[in-house]
Amino acid sequence: MTLLITVIAAVISSAVWYFKDNENRYKVGTLTLMYWGASIMWMCDAVAEYIELRSAYFTPAMKDMINDSFLGISVVTFGLVIWLVMLIVSDPDKAIKKNVCR
Amino acid sequence: MACFIIPGIEAAAVTAASRIIKSKEQKKLSADTEVKFDENTLKNSKADKLKSLSAMLWGGSALLAFEHLWHGEIEPFFPFLTAMGNKEDMMEMFSEMSTVGVSMAVAVTSVWGLFTVVASKLRNKYEKEAKA
Repeated sequence: MTLLITVIAAVISSAVWYFKDNENRYKVGTLTLMYWGASIMWMCDAVAEYIELRSAYFTPAMKDMINDSFLGISVVTFGLVIWLVMLIVSDPDKAIKKNVCR
Repeated sequence: MACFIIPGIEAAAVTAASRIIKSKEQKKLSADTEVKFDENTLKNSKADKLKSLSAMLWGGSALLAFEHLWHGEIEPFFPFLTAMGNKEDMMEMFSEMSTVGVSMAVAVTSVWGLFTVVASKLRNKYEKEAKA
């Protein structure tokens, strides 16, 4: 579930980058790379787990699935927080400078 | 257990390499011409390409570190990794780092390499079309 949620986040952020920010002005491209990097890493983890568990990998217990979903949402949120910090630091429209440093 | 450390180490090495290459490219450009540097000067340069690899590696490692914190495998105080507590766990951790950790670093680098090659071929194609 964590892998699935991260891949969904990567696909959505890729679409946003493509249609709205392909110059990477608002760092959506960097957020996309972060999500894809994590997705590839979790894919390797999933393959290692599959080799160990075989078909049981695809039938997780409900409790594990809920925990993994909660983790996936938290990971995506953590990624968004990192992106927000990067955006505030780079301040492409100088909005922070205009409003905070008056 | 600590597989994210290997891509993290690679991320640090790639970032360092990217900065060194960037400064060399800037020096070379300023020696050749009177170029004023801005964000677009070194677009699609080697340093710029490495920057995207480091974003993938740093981002992936950070999100995986969060997952390990969630599962109680890392802690905010020394020695930071719970597996460092006893020898058996330590050996299991090193085994995981050398298998899953290395495969993660190789997979991310391979995907980046593939995209870089495809992007460069597409750029060459578009440049040829523009010239024709």
